[in-house]
Amino acid sequence: MTTPPERTTSYDADALGWFGGPERGFGGRFMPEALVAALDELTAAWQDAMADPAFLADFDAILRDYAGMPSPLYFAERLSDKVGARILLKREDLNHTGAHKIRNVLGQALLTRRMGKTRVIAETGAGQHGVASATAAAYFGLDCTVYMGSVDTKRQALNVARMNLLGAKVVAVDSGSATLKDAINEALRDWVASVDHTAYLFGTAAGPHPFPSMVREFCRGIGDEARAQCLEQYGALPDAITACVGGGSNAIGLFTAFLGDEDVAIYGFEPGGEGFETGRHAATIHAGDRGVLHGARTYVLQDEDGQTQESHSISAGLDYPGVGPQHAYLADVGRATYEPVTDAEAMDAMALLARTEGIIPAIESAHALAGALRLAPERQGQTILVNLSGRGDKDMETAISWFGLGDADAETGEVQ
Amino acid sequence: MSVSTTFATARAEGRAALVGYLPCGFPDAAGGDAALLAMVEAGCDVIEIGLPYSDPVMDGPTVQAAAQQALDNGFRTRDVLRTVEAVAATGTPALVMTYWNPVERYGVERFAADLANAGGAGLITPDITPDADPAWEQAADAHALDKVYLVAPSSTDERIAMTVAHCRGFVYATAVMGVTGARATTSDLAGPLVARTKRATDLPVAVGLGISNGDQAAEVAAKDGIGADGVIVGSAFVRALLDHPGDLRAGLRALTALTEDLAAGVRRA
Repeated sequence: MTTPPERTTSYDADALGWFGGPERGFGGRFMPEALVAALDELTAAWQDAMADPAFLADFDAILRDYAGMPSPLYFAERLSDKVGARILLKREDLNHTGAHKIRNVLGQALLTRRMGKTRVIAETGAGQHGVASATAAAYFGLDCTVYMGSVDTKRQALNVARMNLLGAKVVAVDSGSATLKDAINEALRDWVASVDHTAYLFGTAAGPHPFPSMVREFCRGIGDEARAQCLEQYGALPDAITACVGGGSNAIGLFTAFLGDEDVAIYGFEPGGEGFETGRHAATIHAGDRGVLHGARTYVLQDEDGQTQESHSISAGLDYPGVGPQHAYLADVGRATYEPVTDAEAMDAMALLARTEGIIPAIESAHALAGALRLAPERQGQTILVNLSGRGDKDMETAISWFGLGDADAETGEVQ
Repeated sequence: MSVSTTFATARAEGRAALVGYLPCGFPDAAGGDAALLAMVEAGCDVIEIGLPYSDPVMDGPTVQAAAQQALDNGFRTRDVLRTVEAVAATGTPALVMTYWNPVERYGVERFAADLANAGGAGLITPDITPDADPAWEQAADAHALDKVYLVAPSSTDERIAMTVAHCRGFVYATAVMGVTGARATTSDLAGPLVARTKRATDLPVAVGLGISNGDQAAEVAAKDGIGADGVIVGSAFVRALLDHPGDLRAGLRALTALTEDLAAGVRRA
């Protein structure tokens, strides 16, 4: 958690937010002029804060005392015995609010307070980032408005209630497909009109510069901690690391510390939904094309006219038709490998972890675990470090209908 | 006629130019072209044709609904070129207003070439700034197309200077901090922004966002007031059509009446 001496990597963006330079063209800032001054102000304030030991000490203290970090690195022994590789779980599910996302929002909210702004806005899909934002707003005493697609407010009524209890205003968005991408559009529209006193707590490592880099830096404690814990507990680095990738904040948060470790294989697992061939998936890097969405050039699920296509994943937190531009770059240069994991594979991994370790992961995180299980046969005896980015309580409705749970007299059956 | 000639003519007549916007393919393909031609007929000096896009972050509910309707009707990028051709044939300059991804997907150079072939005057680009990507600059210059970028009340003087240096045709000044949509009163941010922009350039400066009637147009164009060289109206035209669903003739009458009111407004200044 403490600030490492080497903060930069050779995979960082340039001063204008381009990953791999403007020639390669991932990232950048494709935004209305009205927001450029705010993005410039944010960039300057963030860089100033990151150079200020007092800010970093504040951030560390809040993460430790309020949010329960560092999260443990846990050896999943029964699971490891079953699959033949040593599986280590970075337990971000144990953080306050139940996922890695609290790191990002506490960092951005602390910066908001430093900038003297009094209101925050956020977008949310399943509601996890919305709940985290409402939590951070309550912690710092900021006004909070969360935009959420009306399809999602119905699917995730419990999270709407949590945000309400935390004092946030939730606005249901009916435009477009009424899901996460439209919630982002609506938050941007709010921000254009409110930018003088409002900060946009962007929920993932995507969007216009500086968000992909700033969100990464607030989340990189995942990997910084895991790398140090792995060395301390096992005397060696892992052979491979895995994370799920929707927008990609937990993944880039894990990957960053390991980018310079050439012997560590890096894997991102994208939501393969019902399978690539069905068209119902959100495997953006695997199946998307270069394009511009929400302020950055990256891979985008789009039709032949550049209209954004609707994505699908059983995991609402991965259900996004774009991906953070640094992931697009890491895929392009081959430093990280991105593969799709289907809904069915993720749900199997969820059940397996529940049965072997007594841990119910978020379905998002189950994608990272399913990916590790896929790697295990070729990595027998090796160490695979999995980012368990969140807990699965929020996913019980989905699990009930997927597995047919909830009948007191039913046989629970075996899990493969 | 080019956009700059049109603005020069209006200036010689001692008035502001009227720039009218509708998204392409709204309310449907044929009706959309008829609507734009009605606006030309009734007094729009420049036509701005929106390219419907799935994620229009600078648009309020009115334009969003219209663009979504066009997409639901099966709008394709190539359709905008046919509409440009139809408008340009009247002699009134036609610009395309588009979010960036559809152009990038079509191919920036190919889009510029096809737009020029269709007689289009250039592009208005609400979600890119001149420093975002050099590809459009190169293509626009190669095909002598106008490049209309936006300046905003939040723009620093340095950014205004940079932006106008890259503009050709006119400069689009957004009168409010916000998205498209009719507003009851003229923004008090418009005047200072026009003044700052005019200090940086001799290009015409047109004001858009929120203008919906002749009185507001007159206020924006007033030489002893805001002093804009052009008045841009979008959502109010869209609203005129949305208010007459399924009755194109009534919609066209409403468009004509609104255009005449606005055209009188820019002449009243």
